[in-house]
Amino acid sequence: MINRREFLKNTVKGIAGLAVPLAAIEIINPRKLHAANSSEKSKVRWVFLVDTYKCVGCGFCVKACKNENEIPYDANVTRTWVERYVLTKEGRLFADSPKGARDGFITTKIDRGLGNFQDIKKEDIKKAFFVPKLCNQCENPPCVQVCPVGATYQTDDGVVLVDRTWCIGCGYCIMACPYGVRFFHPKYHTAEKCNFCYHRITKGMKTACVQACPFGARMIGNIKDPNDPVTKIITTERVGVLKSEYGTKPQVYYIGLDEEVR
Amino acid sequence: MKSHIWRPLYAVVGIIALALLARVFYVPKDFGIHERGYMYGWYREGNIEDWKNVKVKYQGKNYCKDCHPDKVESIDKTPHAIIQCENCHGPAIDHPSDPPKLAIDRSRQQCLRCHFPLAYPTSSRSKIRGIDPEKHNPDIECVMCHNPHKPSLKGIK
Amino acid sequence: MVHGELWTLKELFVYPNEYIYWSIQIVMYPFMTGLVAGAFVLSSLYHVFGIKELKDIARFALVFSFALLFAAPMPIVLHLQHPFRGINVMMTPHFTSAIAAFGIVFFTYGTIVASELWFLYRKHFVEVALPLKEKKDKSLTEWIKFIVFYTLTLGVYDISEESLKRDEKAIKILAGVGIPVACFLHGYAGFIFGSVKANALWMTPLMPVIFIMSAIVSGIALCLLTYIIVMELRKIKVKSHRKPWMPKLEDVKGVEMSVIRITAKYLLLFMVFAITLELLDLVFRGYTAVRHWDILRTVIYNKDFTNIFILQYTFGNLIPFIIFLIPGLTIRRAIIGLVLVIMGVFMMRWNVVIGGQAFSLTLSGYMEYIVPIIPHDWETFKEGMGGAVSIFVMPFVLFWVFAKIFPVFNLKESH
Repeated sequence: MINRREFLKNTVKGIAGLAVPLAAIEIINPRKLHAANSSEKSKVRWVFLVDTYKCVGCGFCVKACKNENEIPYDANVTRTWVERYVLTKEGRLFADSPKGARDGFITTKIDRGLGNFQDIKKEDIKKAFFVPKLCNQCENPPCVQVCPVGATYQTDDGVVLVDRTWCIGCGYCIMACPYGVRFFHPKYHTAEKCNFCYHRITKGMKTACVQACPFGARMIGNIKDPNDPVTKIITTERVGVLKSEYGTKPQVYYIGLDEEVR
Repeated sequence: MKSHIWRPLYAVVGIIALALLARVFYVPKDFGIHERGYMYGWYREGNIEDWKNVKVKYQGKNYCKDCHPDKVESIDKTPHAIIQCENCHGPAIDHPSDPPKLAIDRSRQQCLRCHFPLAYPTSSRSKIRGIDPEKHNPDIECVMCHNPHKPSLKGIK
Repeated sequence: MVHGELWTLKELFVYPNEYIYWSIQIVMYPFMTGLVAGAFVLSSLYHVFGIKELKDIARFALVFSFALLFAAPMPIVLHLQHPFRGINVMMTPHFTSAIAAFGIVFFTYGTIVASELWFLYRKHFVEVALPLKEKKDKSLTEWIKFIVFYTLTLGVYDISEESLKRDEKAIKILAGVGIPVACFLHGYAGFIFGSVKANALWMTPLMPVIFIMSAIVSGIALCLLTYIIVMELRKIKVKSHRKPWMPKLEDVKGVEMSVIRITAKYLLLFMVFAITLELLDLVFRGYTAVRHWDILRTVIYNKDFTNIFILQYTFGNLIPFIIFLIPGLTIRRAIIGLVLVIMGVFMMRWNVVIGGQAFSLTLSGYMEYIVPIIPHDWETFKEGMGGAVSIFVMPFVLFWVFAKIFPVFNLKESH
């Protein structure tokens, strides 16, 4: 049996031996933690506003996004897309998003998958509209929470980014997103999603989709600036968000969000 | 005599030490906890610059105005003023140096994006006039008769 | 084609970026780690609780668990889009993610199993290494054997009664500590799914417990099955090819029915736990009928009816239950029952992983998974049947190699 002196001696030796490589971990750094809680926080928090009354489903936003962010044009993935909802007088819902609305909506036939289409007559339609979707840059992003390696993260101005050099391609973030905005980049094979055209907004430009939309259905703003027109609308008019029950606190707000929207 | 029971433990400690040493060389120095804390802010800081440095492709209407004031002026008098030049002409990127010429999308599909009529109550789409593409001159491009910069056919035979 | 597009068939309204991203390899991963955990628990039933009849199968189960441990990370390696960056999980782990626990859990479990094996076989290593050390003019195989066994002694040559008693105590402690670690090894795999709030099928606190229970079931079943087959094959081999270096006929008895019966008893116990929890989950979902119950119901009772109720519940649970409870259990019936149990556990993993992706996040659409069977490129191999079968075969190959270092049969004066 080992006696107490031997045990203590070995413990001290062990700790001393580990102290040097332990410095390499630096997982907890008090200075950095303090910075996180300090008042030197960012003056910007990006938010997005979508007006579903104005959206006509032209798809220029999707095309511009693909070109601006170098998502291969023919690949069946997209950082943003537009959904079409048609509610019939019988109370049935038909919805589709052909190629993410990259080519717009140029047929009355709703795509039902497996080669089936449903044509709905004008007189049967109770209401129908278009809903653009993109990454909500949530305040509590579940995709960031589940990344095992720290490849996806949130900047202090609220945008969730993916480090293409570090992502291992496990796909956990894709499964964790309730909104289905994530996918694997066909070329880089890392997780990919809308990042509010971070390279543009940090230069004072608008995102590619906001700029491309002819009807002003998309707007981006800074919720921390009380004079921002987007902030004014969000704080004074009736707006909604998607799937708030998940506790993600999404930061894309919708005017005219119908309860049938998925 | 020291007990042999601890032998495996020494081997394990050795492996852990090696792993920690490897970590020093493998993990980038700017990897750590940043502003949003460990849950949302565990990343390599240099990546933010990587994203900021992505090349801007779409320049916007004001960029085109300087060299093509006539085109901009003409379309601004029509309902098509709301459409960005690059929606039909493609992203400018570094035009005129690269690319020297922009490809124009003259297809029927381009116009049908808005002008295929969808009578959807509560949507602005129902307010846009359109045509039935199978009946209205199905074999020729729209731009053969309609100039996108002056789409009104008033006064034209 | 984007990743997942090839084997996904979308129906009705599905988001544009949704595909079946977690394929058969993600079904294999919890299946393999479950076998690891289950095999270890079986081994610990002897070392910790002293159930004497399980002595031989305990040794076998421990070595098999070790072989399985090397095969278990393979599904992940094949699934990752950047497999060589897989080490990032250990270099910059983000512990808010269940997957980040992989590094710690596997490493801890690996050291426990390796240490327990060392204590169990230490005497054998010394008995092989020391005579080889004295021998001059070693042949090449003898040199390799010497280096391997000499390293494995870790510089300890004392094989006195006293030191062996200390070994036994260490084994008991390790086997005891290892049980919760083995549970954690598989519990975290269940947590990976149970904590995904975005997925209507996966999100339940019962998931880690269901996974652990069915893991133990699968581990016990596979160990017992392999043990039976190996023991019977030995008997046949010894009977038909009599060679001087082989054990005597009376020493090779084949597998004892008492071993099978007692192991089967524990198998049935854990099967009851597993099926109870799963049915509880199903009943709760149907009773509370929250928003996503509509689409979930169509998936469970229509699209996946065969997979769930026929393959998993009937063939994988009910029929083996009947087989093992009917008196007069024979080896042949046991083998059939065990194969069905293992198939049932595999179907459980399948129904969770693939079933969770069978419906869209829109709750208004479906996705069907077409497993690539005949591979025509690397991707269709590694994410298809080819990859899955290779990984299932791997532990048996490794076991054959490990059994040469950790002999499983006829070891004199084993612990």
